[in-house]
Amino acid sequence: MSEVLKVSDLRVGFGRRGLFGKAVEVLHGVSFGIAAGETFGLVGESGSGKTTIGRAVLGLVAPSAGTIVLNGVPIDDLRRRRRLAREVQVVFQDPYTSLNPAMTIEDILSEPLRVHGMERGAAARRVADLLDRVALPADAGRRYPREFSGGQRQRIAIARALSLEPRVIVCDEPVSALDLSTQARILDLLIEIQDTLGIAYLFISHDLAVVRHISHRVAVINKGAFVETGTAAQVTEDPAHPYTRRLLLAAPVPDPARQRERRAERHRLADAAPA
Amino acid sequence: MNTESRPRGYLRRVIGSLRGTLSLGWIALVVIGSFLAPWLAPHDPLEQDIDHAYAMPSGTYWAGTDSLGRDILSRIMHGGSVSLLGAGEALLVAVAIGVPLGMLAGYRGGVVDAVLSRIAEVVMSLPVIVILLAVVAVYGRAFTITMGALGVILSASFIRLARATTEGKRNELYVDAARVSGLGHLRIAVRHVLPNITAPLLIQSTLALSSALLIQAGLGFLGLGPEPPAPSWGSGIADAAKYVNRDGWLMVPTGAVLILTVLAFNSLGDALRDATAHAAPSVERRRRVTSSGGTRSDPGHLLDVDGLRVEYPGRRIIDEVTLHVEAGEVLALVGESGSGKTQTAFSILGLLAPGGRITAGGIHFDGSDLLALPDKKLAALRGTRMAYIPQEPMSNLDPCFTIGSQMIEPLVVNLRIGRAEARRRALALLARVGINEPERVFRSYPHEISGGMAQRVLIARAVSCEPSLLIADEPTTALDVTVQAEVLDLLRDLQRERRMGIILVTHDFGVVADIADRVAVMRNGRLVEEGPVGEIFASPSHPYTKMLLDSSLEGREPRKELRHV
Repeated sequence: MSEVLKVSDLRVGFGRRGLFGKAVEVLHGVSFGIAAGETFGLVGESGSGKTTIGRAVLGLVAPSAGTIVLNGVPIDDLRRRRRLAREVQVVFQDPYTSLNPAMTIEDILSEPLRVHGMERGAAARRVADLLDRVALPADAGRRYPREFSGGQRQRIAIARALSLEPRVIVCDEPVSALDLSTQARILDLLIEIQDTLGIAYLFISHDLAVVRHISHRVAVINKGAFVETGTAAQVTEDPAHPYTRRLLLAAPVPDPARQRERRAERHRLADAAPA
Repeated sequence: MNTESRPRGYLRRVIGSLRGTLSLGWIALVVIGSFLAPWLAPHDPLEQDIDHAYAMPSGTYWAGTDSLGRDILSRIMHGGSVSLLGAGEALLVAVAIGVPLGMLAGYRGGVVDAVLSRIAEVVMSLPVIVILLAVVAVYGRAFTITMGALGVILSASFIRLARATTEGKRNELYVDAARVSGLGHLRIAVRHVLPNITAPLLIQSTLALSSALLIQAGLGFLGLGPEPPAPSWGSGIADAAKYVNRDGWLMVPTGAVLILTVLAFNSLGDALRDATAHAAPSVERRRRVTSSGGTRSDPGHLLDVDGLRVEYPGRRIIDEVTLHVEAGEVLALVGESGSGKTQTAFSILGLLAPGGRITAGGIHFDGSDLLALPDKKLAALRGTRMAYIPQEPMSNLDPCFTIGSQMIEPLVVNLRIGRAEARRRALALLARVGINEPERVFRSYPHEISGGMAQRVLIARAVSCEPSLLIADEPTTALDVTVQAEVLDLLRDLQRERRMGIILVTHDFGVVADIADRVAVMRNGRLVEEGPVGEIFASPSHPYTKMLLDSSLEGREPRKELRHV
């Protein structure tokens, strides 16, 4: 299986200040690969380092060690961002701040195309295709982000990510800010796009149920290191690591009777484990 | 939500406000009068009518004449173009230097920022008039050079403002998205940052114009304005000051025009700011009731909401909502965003956002009619009999005070106990909500503790005065799942221990299943269905409830491993 994205022993440190300041390492060497058409889910709590992995792949933070290879080409040089842009794109969590409020949807979607040399007419046609692709009305292009609901904005963000036909899309909590019924629709849209275009997703979320629904393989991350990696079924139904088990049991399920059992089991687990 | 500038509606809001209309009107009048003075002014500003020196306003001389019998109005009009052009030049120089440098400092950060910020600080600490006097001493009374120098000095405030606002926007997700799209830094700065910081820069510009006008008048007053006998506002005031004992009126027309113009620029700045703040949620909350109340209330219920209707100007956001809470019972209020669940909770607390009013129905709490209660009595109820836990724990703690003082204050005020006793109780409560080192947390400031810890503090504070009803608005949504589970455990324990009634506002059916006794499902401001938690989950009767439960991803088949590509 050919991997479009390969991350090996990635380390990231933050916050070195002054001459004698020490960097705090937030990622302690993580490795994984993603094949074309595959979703690699990354689950963890806040501060686990999951977002930092995504930002390193996007070239938004510089790794302190390790390699990131995109399609066979190492991307250790951040100055090659413009070429990187064609290969890897992003959908962020918050659809309210990830779209520039001062630009129309048409401008937001056509800007990456124009920057990469597409002429105006072709860009306009591509924008129309993209809006259709994410099931937004054709006249959406003339409007501003504030005129759309959270779910619709996330569709716009997905269209923007698709515009340069990337091989990899980093999805950083793309549905956490959405209503439950909207969440399912956006996830299904992402899956459908993946099935047609064969894009690889690095899917980052705190929500195991969401990750399980869209990911082929899942890694659980805690304090900057993977604690467990496996297929979605393995990790979410038969977790090997106690941390994964804790995470799994902590998420409440919408069934009062089952939730009562899980709660009791969680308490048993907590009592058994040293604090 | 953020408070970005909104291009079209923004201008309309500025012009639409009384302040905006008046100040823009006056500025337009001054501009037209000044620049068209050669055609509009009734007299030649240099023409002397010695016989009518010190004349009061008359049909010939509308604003009177000065010591040489020159028409004051004409001199103000002719002097205006010099003053306004000078102020405009200073502003242009200030913006041209300050905005790019400030944006550079804010965008790049690091050494560039440190150097530019120190330079701006040095410039801002210089006494303006002294510098300008030095400039005049070197270059003579060349007005253009003086005003250019003033612009350089004023640019420091633009550097600081552009730096601060750019720094705020630099980490916006849409800027990250633009970087990921492969855009260059210059393009990101011009296309993605600049349009979103224009509003504060515009406001700063109006303030810079007014201070330039004042400084200019000051220079003119010192006799360093344009060469006499050319008219200018400053020299007009200097002239008037010289003869103030002989004719007090001289001061009035020129002074009034100067003051009004400066005021107009300042209040235009205020109007611009108000229009910007328009989109921001207001923290001020008021209770407005036009419902007569007088509805059903069951003596066995702790809280009764009957036929509640809430309206904001032009839209009805809650209608016909009827629900109740019994003592020691957890009612979950569930719905998607915009369903009105939070507004319902705020109506009970009497904390609707400005403009919101209860127009029908009634709310009875523990036998008393909340809508008939005077504001003071309701405020006394909040925090004592009725408590509230917010979604964002951090924004509900004051960063300026320690956790301890924020815990003690409601105890002292509401229970009228001494500070030592309040401190003892606060520490006991912190320990009760599962905080390991209550003493340390007690002394900490909010930024020193985690989000989960902050929510525990708020829960401790909410239950400190032993309320019988607790209203929790998405109390665990901002927390990690493992922390959420612990906080829900805590809420459940406290609720059983104290037999509190709880209204839990949430969108998460998992949370509902975990803690609620009964569920009320809301949609578009109306109650869709209501019942015991077991029934609703086992056999929802309304299709909307069914749809919500079905969209849960819980229990679905995980995606299969990708076999081959």
